[in-house]
Amino acid sequence: MNKIIRFFLAGALLLATIPAFAALNILACEPEWGALAQELGGDKVSVYNATNALQDVHHIQAKPSLLARARNADMVVCTGSQLEIGWLPILLQQAGNPKIQAGQPGNFEATRYVRMLEVPSSVDRSLGDVHPGGNPHIQTDPRNIALVADALAKRLAEVDPANSAYYQGNYKSFAGRWQAAMQKWEKEAAPLKGAAVVVHHKAFTYLENWLGLREIAALEPKPGVEPTSGHLAEVLAQLQRQPARMVIRGAYNDPRAAEWLAGRANIPVVVVPFTVGGSERAKDLFGLFDDTVQKLLAGSR
Amino acid sequence: MFKKKTIVSSVVLALGLPCAAQAASDADLAQIRNEIQQMRQAYEARIAGLEARLQQAEAEVKQVGGKADTAADQAREATAAAAQAAPKGGDIRAFNPGVSLILSGIYSNLSKDPADYRITGFHLPNDVLDDIRPQRGFSLAESELGIYANIDHYFYGGLNFSIHPDDTVSAEEAFIQTTSLPQGLTLKAGRFFSGIGYLNERHAHTWDFVDAPLAYQAFLGGQVNNDGVQLRWLAPTETFVELGAELGRGANFPGTNRDKNGAGASAIFAHLGGDVGDSNSWRAGFSLLTTSPQDRQWGDVDTAGVGVTNSFSGNSKLWIADAVWKWAPNGNPYSTNFKLQGEYLRRTEDGNLVFDSTGTPAPGAYAATQSGWHLQGIYQWAPYWRAGLRTERLDAGSVDYGVNNANLARPDYAPTRNAFMVDYNPSEFSRIRLQLAQDKSRQGVTDNRIFLQYQMSLGAHGAHKF
Repeated sequence: MNKIIRFFLAGALLLATIPAFAALNILACEPEWGALAQELGGDKVSVYNATNALQDVHHIQAKPSLLARARNADMVVCTGSQLEIGWLPILLQQAGNPKIQAGQPGNFEATRYVRMLEVPSSVDRSLGDVHPGGNPHIQTDPRNIALVADALAKRLAEVDPANSAYYQGNYKSFAGRWQAAMQKWEKEAAPLKGAAVVVHHKAFTYLENWLGLREIAALEPKPGVEPTSGHLAEVLAQLQRQPARMVIRGAYNDPRAAEWLAGRANIPVVVVPFTVGGSERAKDLFGLFDDTVQKLLAGSR
Repeated sequence: MFKKKTIVSSVVLALGLPCAAQAASDADLAQIRNEIQQMRQAYEARIAGLEARLQQAEAEVKQVGGKADTAADQAREATAAAAQAAPKGGDIRAFNPGVSLILSGIYSNLSKDPADYRITGFHLPNDVLDDIRPQRGFSLAESELGIYANIDHYFYGGLNFSIHPDDTVSAEEAFIQTTSLPQGLTLKAGRFFSGIGYLNERHAHTWDFVDAPLAYQAFLGGQVNNDGVQLRWLAPTETFVELGAELGRGANFPGTNRDKNGAGASAIFAHLGGDVGDSNSWRAGFSLLTTSPQDRQWGDVDTAGVGVTNSFSGNSKLWIADAVWKWAPNGNPYSTNFKLQGEYLRRTEDGNLVFDSTGTPAPGAYAATQSGWHLQGIYQWAPYWRAGLRTERLDAGSVDYGVNNANLARPDYAPTRNAFMVDYNPSEFSRIRLQLAQDKSRQGVTDNRIFLQYQMSLGAHGAHKF
C-alpha cells in the first residue's frame, strides 16, 4: 500500500512541476471546427482534431489517444446535437477535466448557434439513425460557419479573456473574408439552383438549402443504414421517371453504392470533401467550399 | 470608452508623475498640466478616429456581405431567440436520464451434460460454478436495464440491473463518479466492475463472444465487481497513461463476504495507450487484484473418490497483463476493421486449507500458483458482418496442499477451449451471433458447443468504449 501512495505522490509532484501550457488547448471533434478554431485562435491556440475527413464521425470510439487529449484540453469544440454521442460522453466522463464538461464555457457545441433543419417531431429507431436535435451536418452551409464563427470567437474570449481582443480581431478579419468568399461561391454556384441530386447519406441538407439543390433520393434507405440492392434498384427506377444531375457523397462514404447507381443512371458521382481535409484542395475552410462548389459545378456540366 | 480613457489617463499620469515630483515651480506644474491636457486630447482624438474607422469598416463588411449578410443576421437573430427560449427539444423528456435496455437470449446445444461442469484443477465455489455453467436449450441470456446520467455538474452516476436466466435480478453496477475533479482525477464510489484487465470493466453485451474467457471464469468467476471506491488518474501527456487504485468489500470470488471493518479487496492498475498513424490504436495494461478470502468453500473429490467440501482462508493475488490492438483503414471502422485482444492472468494463493471442512476437518497449509491466457481476433469484413476466433488455455501450475497432499489429487491437466464466432449486426443496436466452441475444461471430456444468440439495445445510445 505504501508503494502505491508513494507512486501517486510522485505523480502529483511530477504534475506540479509541469509548467502551464502557453497556448489554449482545443480538442475539435471534427476538422471543420478545428480549422475554424485555428482561424480565430491563431497562435494563441493549439488545436487537435479528434477525427479526420475520411472517418465517419458517427462511428468513432473513445480511443486512449482521445482520452489523453480530452484530459489536457481547455476547450472542446464539437458539432453537438448528438453527432458525437457514441464517444464524446465517455471522453467527458473519464477525462477528469472539469473545464470541458457540458455547461462549462470550455464545452462548445456548434449546433446551438444555427437554425437546425430536419428536426424530427418524433424519434424512433425504426426510422434509422435520426438525431432528435435535427440534422447535425451543419458545416456544409457556409452561412452556418459564419454564425458559428461569431459564437466561437465570443466563447474563446470567455475561456481566455486575456486574449479576447486578439480573438475578436481575428474574427473580424475572418468574417470579412468569409462574407466576400460566400458572395463569390454563391455567384459561381448560381447555375446549380434547382438541380436535382441524389445523396449517399442525408449529410448535405444544409448544402442543398444554401445552393437551392433539390434532393430527390438518398442511397441509404434510412439514415445511417447501409444501402441495400433493393433500395438502390428503387432509386434507379425513380431516376428513370425523375432524372437527377448527379450523385453526391462525402469523402468518407463507401464509393460502391454511388458508383453502382451512377453507372446505371449515367450521371456523375461527385465526391465532395464534406469537411476540411476531405480533398486535396480542402486544406482550410475556404478551400473546403472552393472545392465543393467547383466539384458540384463540374458534376452538373 | 470609459475604460480606454482610464487607461490613457493612467498611462499619461504614470509617465507624468515622476516628472511632477522633480518639478519645483508652479510654472512648471502648470506647463506639465498643460502638456498632459494636450496629450489627453491628442489620444482621445486618435481613439475617436480609430473608432470611426472601425465603424466604417464594419459598415463596409456589411455592404459587401449584402444579401447573404442580411440573411445571416436574420438567422443569427432567430438563433439568439431560439437559444433564449427553452433548450432544444425543450420538453421534460430532455432532462430524463439515459435509460438503456439490453435484451439478449440464447439457444445452446452442448454435446456433454453441463451438470457436472467444472474446470479441472481449479477450485470454484458452487455458486460461481452455477454462474459460469452453460445451460442447454433456450434461455434468456444476460438482459440488462441501465440508467445513467450526470447527477449535477460535480457527479455522474447510474445503476445497471441484470436479469439472469433463473429469474433473479442483481445490481451489476450502481455507482457515482466525479466529473469535476481537476488534474485528470476521477473518484468513483459504489458498486462497479473492477478496472483490472481489459474485458472485466466492459459489460458482457459488449464482449465479442457469448461467454467469458476461461481464465476469467477460473480466476474471477466470470467477471468481478466490487463495492468500494476507485481513484483514477490520467497523466497530462499526449500518450495515454492512466493509473488507478481500488479499495473494496471483496465479497465476490476470489474474495469472500466478511463482517469486518476495512477493505477486503484492493486493486491497482496501469494503462498505456495511443495511436500508430491514423489506422491503428492500442492499449496495454497491467493490474493486480489482492483479496483475502476467509472460509472460501468448494466441492471436490478426494483421492478415494469421495465428494468432500474444502475451505480456504488466506491471501490471493491475481496479476493480469492485457493488451488490445485495433486496426481500421484511416481510423474509419465502419466497413472494415480488425481487433486483436489478449490477456494473461496469474494467481498466487497461500494460507490454510481445511480438507473435508463439513465432515472430519483436516486443516493444513495451502500454496498454489496458477495461470491462464486467452487470445482473440475479430475481423469485420463488411458493414454488419464480423467473424472471430478465440483460443485459450489454463495452466494448473504448482499446487501444494501441505499435509493434505495425500487426500487431494493434483491433476496434471491443462484445460483449453477454442471458439469461432460470426455475427450479423443489422444496425448499431442489434446483433445476432453464432458461436461454435470446443471446450476441454474437464479432463477427459470434450464438449462441442453451439450457441445462437441475439443481443439488442434500446433506449439511450450506447457509447463505444475502446
